[in-house]
Amino acid sequence: MNEEPILSVRGLCKNFGALAVAQSIDLDLPRGARVGLIGPNGAGKTTFVNLLTGVLRPDAGSIRLGGVSIDGMPPEKRVPRGLARTHQINTLLMEESALDNVAIAIAEREKHAWRMFRFGRQWQQCCDEAHARLAEVGIADVADRRVSQLPYGQQRLLEIAIALSLKPSVLLLDEPAAGVPSAESRVIHEVLDRLPSGIAILIIEHDMDVVFRFAREIVVLVRGAVLTRGTPAEIAKNPDVRAVYLGKSAA
Amino acid sequence: MTDIPDKPQAAALARSSRFNVLWHAVPWIVAIAFYYTAGGFLSLGTSILVMILLTLSLDLALGYAGIITLGHAAFFGFGAYGAALFSLHVNTDPVLGLLVATAATAVFAALTGMLILHTQGITLLMLTLAISVLLYEAANRAYKITGGDDGLQFEMGPVLGLFRFDLWGKTAYLYALAVLLVWFIVAWRMVQSPFGRSLDGIRQSPPRMKAIGTPVWWRLVAIYSISAAMAGTAGALSAQTTRFVGLNTLGILISGIAVVMLVLGGTRRLYGAFLGAAIYVVVQDYAAKVNPFYWMFVIGALLMATVLFLENGLMGIMDKVGTLARDQLRRVFGQPSQP
Amino acid sequence: MTSAIVILLDGIAYGMVLFIISVGLTVTMGLMRVVNLAHGGFAMAGGYLAAVMVVAGVPFIVAVIAATAAAGLLGALCELTIFRPLYRKGELAQVLMTFGLTFVMIAALTAMFGTDIKRLPVPDWLGGLVDLGIRPYPTYRLFLIAVGLILALALWLIIDRSLYGAKLRAAVDNPRIARAVGIDVNKLFTITFVGGCALAGFGGIVGAEMLPLEPFYALRYLVLFLVVVAVGGHGSFKGSFFAALTLGIIDTAGKYIWPEISAFIMFTLVFVLLLWRPYGLIPPKAAA
Repeated sequence: MNEEPILSVRGLCKNFGALAVAQSIDLDLPRGARVGLIGPNGAGKTTFVNLLTGVLRPDAGSIRLGGVSIDGMPPEKRVPRGLARTHQINTLLMEESALDNVAIAIAEREKHAWRMFRFGRQWQQCCDEAHARLAEVGIADVADRRVSQLPYGQQRLLEIAIALSLKPSVLLLDEPAAGVPSAESRVIHEVLDRLPSGIAILIIEHDMDVVFRFAREIVVLVRGAVLTRGTPAEIAKNPDVRAVYLGKSAA
Repeated sequence: MTDIPDKPQAAALARSSRFNVLWHAVPWIVAIAFYYTAGGFLSLGTSILVMILLTLSLDLALGYAGIITLGHAAFFGFGAYGAALFSLHVNTDPVLGLLVATAATAVFAALTGMLILHTQGITLLMLTLAISVLLYEAANRAYKITGGDDGLQFEMGPVLGLFRFDLWGKTAYLYALAVLLVWFIVAWRMVQSPFGRSLDGIRQSPPRMKAIGTPVWWRLVAIYSISAAMAGTAGALSAQTTRFVGLNTLGILISGIAVVMLVLGGTRRLYGAFLGAAIYVVVQDYAAKVNPFYWMFVIGALLMATVLFLENGLMGIMDKVGTLARDQLRRVFGQPSQP
Repeated sequence: MTSAIVILLDGIAYGMVLFIISVGLTVTMGLMRVVNLAHGGFAMAGGYLAAVMVVAGVPFIVAVIAATAAAGLLGALCELTIFRPLYRKGELAQVLMTFGLTFVMIAALTAMFGTDIKRLPVPDWLGGLVDLGIRPYPTYRLFLIAVGLILALALWLIIDRSLYGAKLRAAVDNPRIARAVGIDVNKLFTITFVGGCALAGFGGIVGAEMLPLEPFYALRYLVLFLVVVAVGGHGSFKGSFFAALTLGIIDTAGKYIWPEISAFIMFTLVFVLLLWRPYGLIPPKAAA
């Protein structure tokens, strides 16, 4: 039971001038993990994800993915190694259909995207698989619709579908239900429950109900540093965590 | 794994392909008809073909990949001078010269592209302009090689060893048409390929493409080089069919004109290049006779009108007309219209 | 051999002209993120109008004021009709539209005023030479330097000290929040755009000696103005000042010392500079 974690972070640090947005963060994600990352606004949660994906370069620290160091790798090199993410603010191809958004990702994964002349069969395969992915998150019926015409909740689901289609071993979800009206967010939470158990998942969330239901371990980030970590039960009882959220010392 | 439902992509492809064959043949039929009917206008036709090729090349870089460049003249001129110098100093065979010029332009573009394609927006625009200006200045200064302001005149051998360039421009026209056809097929396959789709993605959102693992920079360098090679071929054709090359092939005006032709015809519609180039060359030829600056007014106004009102250029209008016509025909002949 | 002082002064004078013309462009691009390739057209329009007026007998100062105002007015007209729809349309549309506008402006100006090079004769009190102690130097160039410095100072005061300037800086840093705070960003932009065009016109007038007023003015010098903006950093008033000065001095020095390849040197430097600092010498805050 003691295999090496699929994602291993040690001493990750990042400063923007005098502002420390990541202070020596350690984190381990074993295979199949369900970890929630919580903390007040501005704690550096999205920054942490950006450091993991390579969008930001850390000042110090190391990241190992699947046992291999990925320090210094640009984002596009980390993806084929099994790291995928969703964004807090949608970064979808708005003018393309939902299907194409996923198909393009699959083509990239399968290294078809370098094929300059043959289309047809390979693209067909990508589209077929894309359909299946959309069905997994329940939006197969809007496959041919332009993303800009989809309701926000379905766009968030599409973000997840795209990330899943990359067949990641580690999935970083940045507030998947953020900005989604509550009727649609229930669908998103159901999708989260059904995510493949083999993938290690780190989810940033503000909705405590969702985090406590979904996560088996919770990490609390405050001003770029890990305040504490533990099971949901432990975190719920932790007075420091309550203080951080309530802004005064626990009664 | 869920059942794979009916495949909408395949169906859509099948529906359109029958109509497409007809649609595709039209411009080429027109081009061949022009050959037989043009008489004294054949050389104008050849310059239209060259401009179509240049515009097509820009469509790949700017229309599909979203590389905003005002420096494509650098590649046009590079190819032109390449072909001229090859003919003067090595071998007068046209096809050989064309291939060499094209390859050289591609290498040049790959090298400069690798340097500048990390940037975007106005910085990238400036860098493409800078390269264009630098090449122009270099050619100007190296007048012993390039002939400077006077340009270079040279002779061409027969195409494929068989067809001499005649005084009426017949060989030139067919030669240009054949080259255009080859490059057109290349471009056409490419934009429909997965590579072309990934370029669409890069144009719309480089961060999104990076997030799915696309090596954006390499893709851009690739398409930039291919686009440049195409522009280089256009330049080489221009030089070879007129047996002359001058500094204007490297000037910013050519870059600007290429952009105008592309936008007029419609970006991301390969036949848009045909429309845009034809209209531009005709307008310029006619208006320039009226007044040297009149054509600038017409072109400028057309450009502005296109941006304001014709989102997809003239092809956009033709699309709408075509769809209307197709629906009407379907109704008349009893077939169900498109959903 | 021309002394270093002359090169320096000439370069500064040239840089001042570039600054006066380009400062409007850099603020526009920083403020509304609109690429305006037609900016050179406003400079050209101002220069042409002033030249025609002075040659027709209008007193110099009156002509300068009138032509500057006309350039501003033209800017207002364009902003209301052409630029408004462009804000949302993205970079490519703006590049294309303003490029077309440049063509139209060139055609219109040559149709109205002819295709010959326009001379802008300066009044006697600005002509002649001034003894600098070391050597005599053209009065007009000193005038250019003085005008440039005064304008730079005035603009700096406006941007840094006035309420308008504060609003402008806020809107450049973060238009969304500026709107939320109640700043009328659209009106701010119109005023700024008009001011920028007027400045461009003024620059075209006073710079007529260094940037000759000929039909392709708007296209030929467009590259220079864009270089100032790109090298200085969009939206950065200070950046455009230093970029313009630097470019002016380097280009002038090149023309004196190595005339055959001066343009080559300058553009190679620009190329290297942009690769090293893609966001300009003083990058806009939003870029980092």
